Amino acid sequence: MPLDRAGAAGAAAQIDRSDGRLGGEAARLTSITKSFYGQAANEDVDFDLRWGEIHALLGENGAGKSTLCSVLAGLYHPDSGEIRLDGEQVELRSPHHALEQGVGMVYQHFRLVERFTVAENLALGHPDTKVLASRKELERQVAELGRRYGLEAAPEAGVWQLSVGEQQRVEILKLLHRGVRILILDEPTAVLTPQEARSLFATMRALADEGRAIIFVSHKLDEVMEVSDRVSVLRDGRMVGSMEIAEADPARLARMMVGRDLAVPDRPRIEAGAPVLSITGLTAAGDRGIEAVRNVDIEVRASQIVGVAGVAGNGQRELAEAIAGLRRIEHGQIFLGGVDITRASPRQRIRLGLGFVPEDRMRTGMAGGLPLPANLALKAYRRPPLSRGPLLSKRAMDDRARRLEHRFDIRGVRWGLPTSLLSGGNIQRAILARELSAGPKVLVAAAPTRGLDVAAIQAIRRLLLEEREAGTAILMISEDLEEIMELSDEIVVLYEGRIMGRLEPGQASPEVLGMLMAGRTVDPA
Amino acid sequence: MNESVILLSIVSAVGIGTPILLAGLGEMYTEHSGVMNLGIEGMMLGGGVVGFWVSTQHTSLPLALAVGAAVGALFALVHAFLAVTLRVNQIVSGLALVITGTGFAAFIGSLNDSALTYERPLSSFEPVFGEGMRDLPLVGPLVFGHDWVVYLSWVLVAASAFWLFRTRWGLSLRAVGEDPAAADTVGISVTATRYIYTMVGGAGAGLGGTYLIAGIFSNYQHGITAGLGWIAFALVIFAGWRPWRALAAAYIFGVLRNLGFSLQIIGVDIPADFLNALPFVLTIAALILISARSSAARKYSAPSALAVPYSRESR
Ligand SMILES: Nc1ncnc2c1ncn2[C@@H]1O[C@H](COP(=O)(O)OP(=O)(O)O)[C@@H](O)[C@H]1O
Ligand SMILES: [Mg+2]
Repeated sequence: MPLDRAGAAGAAAQIDRSDGRLGGEAARLTSITKSFYGQAANEDVDFDLRWGEIHALLGENGAGKSTLCSVLAGLYHPDSGEIRLDGEQVELRSPHHALEQGVGMVYQHFRLVERFTVAENLALGHPDTKVLASRKELERQVAELGRRYGLEAAPEAGVWQLSVGEQQRVEILKLLHRGVRILILDEPTAVLTPQEARSLFATMRALADEGRAIIFVSHKLDEVMEVSDRVSVLRDGRMVGSMEIAEADPARLARMMVGRDLAVPDRPRIEAGAPVLSITGLTAAGDRGIEAVRNVDIEVRASQIVGVAGVAGNGQRELAEAIAGLRRIEHGQIFLGGVDITRASPRQRIRLGLGFVPEDRMRTGMAGGLPLPANLALKAYRRPPLSRGPLLSKRAMDDRARRLEHRFDIRGVRWGLPTSLLSGGNIQRAILARELSAGPKVLVAAAPTRGLDVAAIQAIRRLLLEEREAGTAILMISEDLEEIMELSDEIVVLYEGRIMGRLEPGQASPEVLGMLMAGRTVDPA
Repeated sequence: MNESVILLSIVSAVGIGTPILLAGLGEMYTEHSGVMNLGIEGMMLGGGVVGFWVSTQHTSLPLALAVGAAVGALFALVHAFLAVTLRVNQIVSGLALVITGTGFAAFIGSLNDSALTYERPLSSFEPVFGEGMRDLPLVGPLVFGHDWVVYLSWVLVAASAFWLFRTRWGLSLRAVGEDPAAADTVGISVTATRYIYTMVGGAGAGLGGTYLIAGIFSNYQHGITAGLGWIAFALVIFAGWRPWRALAAAYIFGVLRNLGFSLQIIGVDIPADFLNALPFVLTIAALILISARSSAARKYSAPSALAVPYSRESR
């Protein structure tokens, strides 16, 4: 029975505790170095983990958190350094080998077979899965396992039907089913709603109390302060320090993480100019054919940022796509600088001065497989100097890329290699570089800072504010209320595709915005 | 229209459908592991010509089929090495295999000009069932009229459906083709799985090729497969990567293949090239129909990692 295995591991963890080994060393990494393409992602990193603790790993994007975790999970083989599990030196040959030693990782990109059911995913590769596993029997076992750990997920459901939060529960369950005692969670909260994050924290605590060791990767200070027992901070591939959470304070951690003080961008008062983007009565269907944007009116003027707030999935993506020309408009009209672009192609819109930063920066924002100069040229290659007639000038593209790299502070560029190797923050800088260098009249920015670290967020916001001063009309769609309040000259709240309310930044408080986002009307006080 | 013509064309469709089915089943395994092998035509020819040669020497059809399958698997091993280990573009590697296999067959064929024909059909190709059963109306020719390779192919279809969708091994195989990273983390060797099932695919093609040359034509000529390998490739898509559907599809393609002949008998003349294109037209139509319904698309679409090489440390 597959369940026995998990049960045995649970029992082993219990024994650890009664032995007084709780708090004993679960894993120790010494002098880990790991490079990609000659650039160190981890350099001489030491890290230790104790039984029964939640150990946060904090660091900006690209600091090397995932790399370090992947080394412990057997995915990456370190160039040098030593790994000890339970005091014994090991060489982890593969993720499976690590799993056999009780180390399991929930990756940022889940490792579930989407087309399989939950039960099939748990059975996959499990040593106790019978050759002719009966579906019913499997599903019964999985349901039981889920109940035991309070991680319930319908065993017969296909993974593709599950929400991200549910998929994450299945990943954790899968690892518990394998009897892991060291559980690594790589940025688990990045994809969760606040409620889901709460319940994840409760699960983490329960598992730690059973004697397991948990590594919790995050770049959110509040969460780290809230759930962890200890914290280690990585910066630029190096370990900058570890401490008990009781000795830590957010300001100090932030400084360790960023290594410098952050300037808060200020937003100078400027007079807004003439209306540049006018949207009237816009209605557009979502992917499933149901109306996702309903009768929306928005006007954005030159030198103005209009912030669109709302809980994800309330029509923001569809609105942005309708403006960019990527989604069919059912009713209503869009004007750009006085020209009706309702039926215009994306290319015509771009020519009229529309810039677009899509929310899915890896897939829609960039051609990840192309090198940076090509990506930066995507909207400019039709004109000299990048091309003459049908011929592209590689030299001009490279020169231009180097200039933009410098001006927009894109870091970690490896010339000639795919753009997808850049970290999220740098990819976003590159997208902004491409869009802003075209000198747009209107910029639509969807979730411009989602998932980025503090420094990158500040840089992106500063860019947006500079662009506003330069006279661009900006429509910024964001789920981050702080961002909305900090940057916007006017705020609209979307709820189920409708505009729930319009506010001046002075009127907006998190409470009022929260009410509107939840679909409650607020009396204009 | 003459009823016996229809019956005859269906029965002979089973004949020509069987090599397509065998090669297609093999390719289905390969593709479920996430490897695409375009080289079926080459493996059918290469495996088939050697299998045929064995049959002319030993008059043992089982041995000939086994040798044909083994040679097909060896050809596939080259593809596995290029595609899995070296991560070469699978389209390029597959096309190279077509050329290599065809050339190899032509070479063997030219060496053995005299030995590569039968004096008379081998006894192994006699129908399995007695005359009494074969003479039954309708079911006689349709069900009881075949040689044992046809029945073997039916058994293989049933066994494949079971293997792929009812066993632990099938689950692992499909996981490798869907999401190799997920399979890797739970301890399924992506490399071994892809090698093994790529070779299984080659064996299927070799089997089909041997049956085609030794069983149906009883002699070898240059380019004798005449595009059947490509039809087998289309078959996998048309069948939505499912064995039972492949069985039906193979016979539909077989009927189309023979249609020109049958139509000529009854006096309708349609260009053969047009009819030869029909399996591909049908495959495209099936793709359109399937993609129109999202539930069907999920069930009958290609393995997600098809033709995508896997490397643990890349992202
Ligand atoms: N598989 C890989 N291939 C190439 N570069 C990588 C790979 N994994 C990580 N890197 C690089 O190593 C650095 C650290 O990345 P990562 O460990 O993912 O950081 P974090 O998880 O802290 O955001 C980055 O510069 C990243 O581009
Ligand atoms: Mg990471």
